[in-house]
Amino acid sequence: MSYIKGLKCRECHRHYPKEVLFVCEYCFGSLEVDYDYEAIKKVLTKEKILSRPKNMWRYKELLPLEGEPTDGLNTGFTPLIRANNLAKVLGVKELYIKDDSVNHPTLSFKDRVVAVALSRAKELGFRTVACASTGNLANSVSAQAAMAGLRAYIFIPADLELGKVIASLIYAPTVVAVEGNYDEVNRLCSEIASKYKWAFVNINIRPYYAEGSKTYAYEIAEQLNWRAPLHIVVPSAGGSLITKIWKGLKEFEKLGLIPEVKTKVYCAQGKGSSPIVTAIKENSDIIKPVKPKTIAKSLAIGNPADGYYAKDTVLQSGGWAEEASDEEIVEAIKLLASTEGIFTETAGGVTVAVTKKLIEQKRIPPDESIVISITGNGLKTQEAVYEKLPKPIKIKPTLSSFEEYHRKEQ
Amino acid sequence: MAKVKVRIPTPLQKLTQDKAEVEAEGTDINSLILDLERRYPGIKERVCDEKGKLRRFINIYVNEEDIRFLKLDQTQLRDNDRVSIIPAIAGG
Repeated sequence: MSYIKGLKCRECHRHYPKEVLFVCEYCFGSLEVDYDYEAIKKVLTKEKILSRPKNMWRYKELLPLEGEPTDGLNTGFTPLIRANNLAKVLGVKELYIKDDSVNHPTLSFKDRVVAVALSRAKELGFRTVACASTGNLANSVSAQAAMAGLRAYIFIPADLELGKVIASLIYAPTVVAVEGNYDEVNRLCSEIASKYKWAFVNINIRPYYAEGSKTYAYEIAEQLNWRAPLHIVVPSAGGSLITKIWKGLKEFEKLGLIPEVKTKVYCAQGKGSSPIVTAIKENSDIIKPVKPKTIAKSLAIGNPADGYYAKDTVLQSGGWAEEASDEEIVEAIKLLASTEGIFTETAGGVTVAVTKKLIEQKRIPPDESIVISITGNGLKTQEAVYEKLPKPIKIKPTLSSFEEYHRKEQ
Repeated sequence: MAKVKVRIPTPLQKLTQDKAEVEAEGTDINSLILDLERRYPGIKERVCDEKGKLRRFINIYVNEEDIRFLKLDQTQLRDNDRVSIIPAIAGG
């Protein structure tokens, strides 16, 4: 049973069939999946959700498939952690971490969108999948395509962190390292996508793919015992995740699964790659692209596809935006590790640093519920912190050698 | 008036008799769009909104540089410039 009515232009609201389409041919706005919410409301109850396995597909009626899911059957339902140690440091009362750094199978939130994209790609008859990626998406498409027996072409900027390159190559896709930044990779992939009959998960089947991010928000609401947090801080690159988190919460509200959503949504970007933050702060009508320069490479998108929607989401919710410098990112990665035992990647450093700033600026009040979105794993971006950490103590394999060191330390 | 070459994206090629590249004239992007409308009626409402402003999801490049890095719709044109109209990028 499918609840997809079709696709709809986010700008001019023209309707399209549920095919391989992603741009409105009239006004060039991006297309979005249009659901039959009346029908969903009749079947998707709390009891139904609670009776299903703990993975992202427990909300499958709100995801754009016509049949049953075939991918990502262990993806999602990652921990929502009550972060009391970090809360103490930041001076707030009720703080949570939604921890997708331990998502299955490739340790980032991208496993959610790829699970939807591959399930849908197969329904649409594709045998080859592809993506333009800053790393996490590359890893997830590589792994899930291997499981699904699909061919995969992975396009990445040539200067990516080694951990992210290896975590794609291990699954034996075709990895193409493009000499250029992500925006250039993206433009190239748009041309390739128009010529080859492949499912580019974040280009020609993007309307379906992007819906997977909503499950991040559904889980937060369910894990908070069926309510939305009052504040959520979200890292932004292309701006899709933040809009889908908002959409997910509003859908739960619409279906009567949670009370009225009063969540304020905050956008976090790395300084040197923060076109959305700039537009929000200046309340500008245009998103001025930038040439990205930040250690948060997974967020280094200078021309964000969903920049306008991200900005609209933040302002509509009453939230705000901030950026984090390279130094602040590293400090925040260390802070999260030393307080909550979570080693996040640079994007997570951005989010923690920005949360800290927004609390200091009193944009986020200390006595209300706050969720920090941790979307990736630090083992993939070790270069970012390696030089900033103390070196291990070298000793001989004898007790006296250890005690010699230990005496000095005391 | 500068004479320039304009790359037309697939969805607009129905208006340009299936041509992927056309010639047109203008001193800047605004006057170029007016000239394109004279030559290929209907193109302006596709590229601009009701207020005549460039639609949010149209990217225009002059010699491979995004006009948002230049002077937006007032970016000046010179003879033989290559202008590309490119629909919204996806990705991310």
